[in-house]
Amino acid sequence: MKPTNIKDSEYYHKVVDCQYACPAHTPVPHYIRLIAAGKYTEAYMVNWESNVFPGVLGRTCDRPCEPACRRGRIEEEPVAICRLKRVAADFKDDIAQYLPEIPKVKNGKKIAIIGAGPAGLTVARDLAPLGYEIHMYDDQTKGGGMMRSQIPSFRLPNSVLDQEVNVILDMDIVKHFNQYVTSLKEIINGGYDAVFVATGAPKGKDLPNLPGRWDAKDNIHIGIEWLANVAFEHTHKIGKKVIVLGGGNTAMDCCRTSRRLGGEEVKVLVRSPFKEMKASPWEKEDAIHEDIPILENHVPKSFVSENGQLKGMFFEKVEAQYDEKGKRKLVPTGEPDVFIEADDVIIAIGQENRFEWIEKDLGVEFDEWEMPVVNETTFASTRAGVFFGGDAALGPKNVITAVAQGHQAAISIDKHCQGQDINDRPAPDVTLISTKMGIHEWSYDNGVSADLRFVVPQEDKKITLADRKKEVELGFDLTSAFKEAERCLNCDVQTVFMEDKCIECDACMDVCPTQCINFTENAEENDLRANLLIPALDKSQDILVSDILKTGKVMVKDEDVCLHCGLCAERCPTSAWDMQKFMYKTAKAGC
Amino acid sequence: MSYIKPKFEHPRAPKNTLGYTRKEYEGSLSTLCAGCGHDSISAAIIDACFELAIEPHRVAKLSGIGCSSKTPAYFLNNSHGFNSVHGRMPSVATGANLANRDLVYLGVSGDGDSASIGFGQFAHVIRRNLNMTYIVMNNGCYGLTKGQDSATADQGSVSKAGSVNNFEGIDLCAIAIELGATYVAQSFSGDKGQLIPLIKAALSHSGFSLINVVSPCVTFNNNPGSTKSYDYVREHNEALSSLDFVPVKEEITTEYNEIDVKMVEMHDGTFIKLNKLHQGFDPQDKLSIINALQVARQKDEILTGLLYLDTNSIELNDLIGTVNKPLNSLTEKELCPGSAVLEGINAGLR
Repeated sequence: MKPTNIKDSEYYHKVVDCQYACPAHTPVPHYIRLIAAGKYTEAYMVNWESNVFPGVLGRTCDRPCEPACRRGRIEEEPVAICRLKRVAADFKDDIAQYLPEIPKVKNGKKIAIIGAGPAGLTVARDLAPLGYEIHMYDDQTKGGGMMRSQIPSFRLPNSVLDQEVNVILDMDIVKHFNQYVTSLKEIINGGYDAVFVATGAPKGKDLPNLPGRWDAKDNIHIGIEWLANVAFEHTHKIGKKVIVLGGGNTAMDCCRTSRRLGGEEVKVLVRSPFKEMKASPWEKEDAIHEDIPILENHVPKSFVSENGQLKGMFFEKVEAQYDEKGKRKLVPTGEPDVFIEADDVIIAIGQENRFEWIEKDLGVEFDEWEMPVVNETTFASTRAGVFFGGDAALGPKNVITAVAQGHQAAISIDKHCQGQDINDRPAPDVTLISTKMGIHEWSYDNGVSADLRFVVPQEDKKITLADRKKEVELGFDLTSAFKEAERCLNCDVQTVFMEDKCIECDACMDVCPTQCINFTENAEENDLRANLLIPALDKSQDILVSDILKTGKVMVKDEDVCLHCGLCAERCPTSAWDMQKFMYKTAKAGC
Repeated sequence: MSYIKPKFEHPRAPKNTLGYTRKEYEGSLSTLCAGCGHDSISAAIIDACFELAIEPHRVAKLSGIGCSSKTPAYFLNNSHGFNSVHGRMPSVATGANLANRDLVYLGVSGDGDSASIGFGQFAHVIRRNLNMTYIVMNNGCYGLTKGQDSATADQGSVSKAGSVNNFEGIDLCAIAIELGATYVAQSFSGDKGQLIPLIKAALSHSGFSLINVVSPCVTFNNNPGSTKSYDYVREHNEALSSLDFVPVKEEITTEYNEIDVKMVEMHDGTFIKLNKLHQGFDPQDKLSIINALQVARQKDEILTGLLYLDTNSIELNDLIGTVNKPLNSLTEKELCPGSAVLEGINAGLR
């Protein structure tokens, strides 16, 4: 194998599994260390720079980082990255002094943002400090988009959302709220230099053709609409027996909200097997904890009502079968259909975009699925100056993805307005700095904690089920936050090997607790991986290969389960190993 | 500085036939200088015991004084240990072995401990053929007292301070062969591929096994002009053969050429497979190795590999006919056999 090119910043970026997996590439280990050091405000600002809504995401993120966390490969559970983010938000001081200054004199460019959700707010946050005049349109009374209408208050208190949304709206944003935009043409004709469409996926899927659907329609609700009605205080109660259809996070929010509005026997019915549900495992756990059974392998067959009064639903029992390619098919088991009583049914089986307000003659092209044709890097549409982001761009995903797309769109909008090529993307800001403080001293805490993951305490169920706005999770206290932060392996402190200094004494190989360092004959990648002390089987994890050493061997390090404990560097007599802190910041608009 | 090893290991760490991973054979984190050859030897001991699937609690590790003698703290934390007086490890090992012949005895010593203060003990433990593995971590200097030349420093070797050693160095392997050692090997800390099978074979040998391991002192004896530096040893290392330790003969499936390969059966039914054996050299022929050592000395070569092996070795307990089980397992019945036995003994003395 050729020596690894560590000058390519993507190599070490990939080693920081959490940051690499995060759509916004938030420097996770960096802020976790700040939390451990008690620097909550700084930890919050590192997050704010990168993901804009630390308080919101610290409670509601889909956490793509956690399944990627290296800790999950060496013991049972990853670091509680998401909930540590919340610690930074909970314990921060006033952040006003750290916020960017908003120029009084604008730069003469006007931007329209349609939709005040996470993507739209991100674009506003990135562009307002550069002097853009930003007009934000939304049909709700307050900013926040789906974070306000779809995430229940017992998971995300309004105060947290308001604080983070208002920080952005206070950046001289011109608000056009309570206004549903019915024509993109009108907006374009309003003299804007660029338009950002971030209207989300506001249409909940229905089962319009299921028998009985329209017989008792007052008691059959669409998940996200119903959640919005609860959030905006239009809906205050629900029947005692509730069926929630669907297996995603919206279904989990609907069933848990139902429990708080009078639902006593709330059941979730899902077509797929339990383990294949789309909902995050922790959301399912929370629902079950609130005495909500989740019945798997039930396909809705019909609604039953008498005299316009909903009585329940019939379900067909199925089982999942898989063909050789692993493709799933739900096959009826032949058992008799199951009847489940219900006073109300909430349909939470997915959501769709809504683009009828975009005129077809504007040059904004749509594909065969009626989704806008959007460049996945620049988020530009087929009409110059019109950009898409969030769920409106590439279909429903999550808040952190919307934020990441917002950052990229903001770069494009800035370049577009400055007459630059939007395809010329700015490089990330990367540094690699030694953490060596003394012969055996590092500027990071290199001891590896053996603690298992700490559980976030919850408020008593009696209290939370009685009050829809009472937050269920209490968040870590500072003692457990510190201990949880110490579980982080500091994967951003990289093991950097300098072959010209190596005397091949084997000290690093001998001391490595996970036997990931090898001195061996060079070979092609597959052979090399197989020949290591413990073969490097996971090809998604890179191996670090040195140039040829004096004895003709090469050093090969499997990055997979490296603990970043620094023992290799401590036991190296010639400092051929160094622990160097890698910082990777994705480029932002105007940088 | 870190004093505690992370408790985690590789999730796919291999297990030996006892179901243990290498972790069960490790010790505390070394406090020797970073890059010390001794740490590599410790690692080789760990690997050898892991691969042989020796139960750690059946090993007694013994040492004297010196950098080398600190190392038992860095391997086999689950074994018995005895850190004895300077140069007196052989007598402690002898006593322990006579009291309990069931344990595996592993002595660790250095060039000062064995070739100076403990030279007399070294000689006598060899001639008694005590059943133990005796590893000398030989760096040619007193690393613990700032690097003065030791008795194994080669004549002409230059110290870090620039002074040349005028005295003849003691060749521990040659002396051991002379004194009747039944297993003698020499190796280099930086060559685990050779060292691990040598340790495994030594642990399987019944009788006294010496492995003299050249182990560079990175702090005081790794300078140009030193004959025990990493670079010098790599340049002057002359391996007599490459070596495989084969637990049982059935495992040998590939055909081999008897001219290049020699199979030696050990006392316990295991085998040593010697590959690419030097012409005219036979590790079971004492004269050939004495000759080879003299030739190597003239050529400034460091001869490594299995130097000498006597498979007919009879270890001390058998030589003097001690009881064949540990003393602590003897009951009153055996220790006080009664007046009839006493009378028999008395009658024999009349």
